[in-house]
Amino acid sequence: MGPALLELSGISKSFGGVQALRAVDFSLKVGEIHGLVGENGAGKSTLMKIIAGVHAGYDGEMRVDGKVVHFRSSADALAAGIGMVHQELSVAPDLTVAENVFLGVQPVNRLGLVAWRSMARRASEQLNSLGLDIDPRARLGDFPIGVQQLVELSRVLFSGARIIILDEPTSALSPPEIERLFEVLIRLKRGGRSIIFISHFLEDILKVSDEITIFRNGRKVATTPVTEGINKAWIIERMIGAGREELEESYLGEIKLTSKPEAPVVLEVKDLTLAPAYRDVSFAARGGEVLGIYGFMGCGQLELARTLFGKLKPDQGSLAISGRPANLANTSAARQAGVAYVAESRRSMLFGEEPIYKNVSIAVLGRLARLVLKPDRERALAREQVKALDIRPPNVEARLRGLSGGNQQKVGLAKWLTHAPRILLLAEPTRGMDVGAKEDVVKIVRALREKGIAIVVFSTEPETVLSLADRVLVMRKGEIAHEFADEAISKDRLLAAA
Amino acid sequence: MDASKADIAVAAKRTFRLGDFARNQLRNIAPFITLLALVLFFSIASPSFATLDNLENILQQVSVTGIIAVGLTFVILTAEIDLSVGAMANATAIVLTFFTLQPDYVNIGNIPMPGAVAIIFALLACFLLGLLTAFGVTRIGIPSFIMTLAMMQIGAGISAVLVRGQIAYSVPPLIQTLGSKSIAHIPWIIIVAALFLLVAHLVLTYTRFGRYVYMVGGNREAAEYSGVNTRLVVGAVMVISAMCSGVAGMIGVAYFGSAQQNEFDTFLLDAIAAVVVGGTSLFGGRGGIGNTIVGLFVLGVLNNGLDYVKIDSFLKILIRGLILLAALVINIYAERLRAPRSDGG
Repeated sequence: MGPALLELSGISKSFGGVQALRAVDFSLKVGEIHGLVGENGAGKSTLMKIIAGVHAGYDGEMRVDGKVVHFRSSADALAAGIGMVHQELSVAPDLTVAENVFLGVQPVNRLGLVAWRSMARRASEQLNSLGLDIDPRARLGDFPIGVQQLVELSRVLFSGARIIILDEPTSALSPPEIERLFEVLIRLKRGGRSIIFISHFLEDILKVSDEITIFRNGRKVATTPVTEGINKAWIIERMIGAGREELEESYLGEIKLTSKPEAPVVLEVKDLTLAPAYRDVSFAARGGEVLGIYGFMGCGQLELARTLFGKLKPDQGSLAISGRPANLANTSAARQAGVAYVAESRRSMLFGEEPIYKNVSIAVLGRLARLVLKPDRERALAREQVKALDIRPPNVEARLRGLSGGNQQKVGLAKWLTHAPRILLLAEPTRGMDVGAKEDVVKIVRALREKGIAIVVFSTEPETVLSLADRVLVMRKGEIAHEFADEAISKDRLLAAA
Repeated sequence: MDASKADIAVAAKRTFRLGDFARNQLRNIAPFITLLALVLFFSIASPSFATLDNLENILQQVSVTGIIAVGLTFVILTAEIDLSVGAMANATAIVLTFFTLQPDYVNIGNIPMPGAVAIIFALLACFLLGLLTAFGVTRIGIPSFIMTLAMMQIGAGISAVLVRGQIAYSVPPLIQTLGSKSIAHIPWIIIVAALFLLVAHLVLTYTRFGRYVYMVGGNREAAEYSGVNTRLVVGAVMVISAMCSGVAGMIGVAYFGSAQQNEFDTFLLDAIAAVVVGGTSLFGGRGGIGNTIVGLFVLGVLNNGLDYVKIDSFLKILIRGLILLAALVINIYAERLRAPRSDGG
């Protein structure tokens, strides 16, 4: 391995008072693959975006080849030989595969026109080395997400960049595709390129990295070469921090799960598949039990939740509600079958311009009135819920938009509580809420559980799942990877399973 | 000292409230003020404008547009659009005349039927055409703008094939009465339009379906995640729109006295203008029949009043265009005034 190619010292960055990075040092050698790990919000992506010129304002110093640089844009970084593949897929689905590979840098002939033939040939060569044998003239959007991700990767991998930053490149890839990606990375490394690799999947990191750096709370915790003693447990211990008492408590603190095997099965899912989001998902949810479904972003749990509410149609598999096969043609059918769904974003479940009572009654209008509305009953129902959930202001005529986020979330819950559903699906029920509001939600969910409702919580936040669930399923790349039941569980074990 | 401070605080609060009210009600207030201004202007400009006879004229002139605008109000409230209303009116009218006995000199090879059957066939035609639109929009997923553009051509095509470039005159007696006769000096056509507006208002305000229309328009995703069958609601409004247009077409033919190709082409723009000038949001969820009524009056007064003042008749088209543009600006502006607080929650 060679000398330091990229050096950062004392990098700090804050976003409106929130310190994202605190005096971070980092260096990257020529011809190394450097793995970056840390929890959501630990600062990995922020640091990478500084290196790639996305964030121009920061404190500290960055040197490339020993020379101080300060990139103002990603074009600056690109000119200095630094390319990044971002977490969110950014391809042009309506353009061809070849156009995507050469997006922004199409080869041109002497007349300044795009050299289509040589572009297609070169795209084909590059993709072949990633194990992709596809027609470079086909429309990219027609291929599965995994292929699109590989095409995006190839754009940066073969751009000639000396430093290649990959943020979660494997999330949509199948195991053989990951293998081939790793082969290419190692080939590039031998050719003298340097690669920074961010991933939640610690096995991937350990497999391919020469060195790893661990982030926690905006600080660099450790940088170490990958050797025998470095394993998943070692990394997780540092990711979650063994030093501070309360942190340790929240990560290693064990929560005893107690499932209710004798309770009646309310929702039974068998071999449910919806390509490419998830496949072969089977589980049962029981009345009076909170089932947590945990997984990283993009593991397919949100799509699973939407399928259970009739929003998405599965390719295969079956659903049964209270023992009866259920074919959920749309969300209306799901509601009538007794399924309730609290969506992951308030925007997609509430009507900002409407008063509280209309937001609450929308899900039960059919029960209140076949034809003619009964606004007084709507208001009465809403008032009950406003009181029960302590929604503020306690005025059912108040326009929803004026409510705080936590109170809006409660209204989103309230609309399903006027008539208890059989199954309550909660997607990210506490995302973006303050501590008090989170506790309220936990209390409400507990109370509903006592009513015998089968509750399924879908979340990417371990704390949410741990604070609510009686039984936990872990999803990983579209499959159920692990089940925790009747055992003590801690955040580190949950993370390790995902 | 303290008291005056408190007064100022109260006054400040009140003006804020008033501003808030005006901001939220802009879409309802602006069309009404426009209407008042127009009435005032034409009343001053021409003494014969503000008479009962002329009011009847105006009402009669906007009746056909009004019935079309009823259906279109439902469509626009769900944040969709129907560009086929004129063509649907035309096609339905021509289906009606096709099944009615025509004078000898009309050579369209038609099939005369009893009046009731002809009416049922015509209603069936616009219902089926509306169903086709609904299918395309909700099942296949064609944006309503494009789907109804195609339906516009299909409607025009049906008209062309059935009437073959000629003009048909006869319609069944019932339609003839509704379109061109009066009861107690009140033209039936005004009564029919008023009934359509009234029933639509009741449906939108007091029924579950009406609530769904508003909620689907206000936030379709939230409606879907609340277990509302949004496709059914959107499909239903497309059928309602086609049927309103159909009725308007039938009665319109009786009112005009003849049925021919392209007869209702201008009604598309007039009906959209009435709904939007009235203040119903193009983004759905806001507005209603009350707004549409004001919009119809604005349009009716404008069209009628311009005949009472001495203006180059070619300039009238331009003036109408400018007024429509002003209404659109207000419509978008009203939306934007509300928007700043949208992310506050």
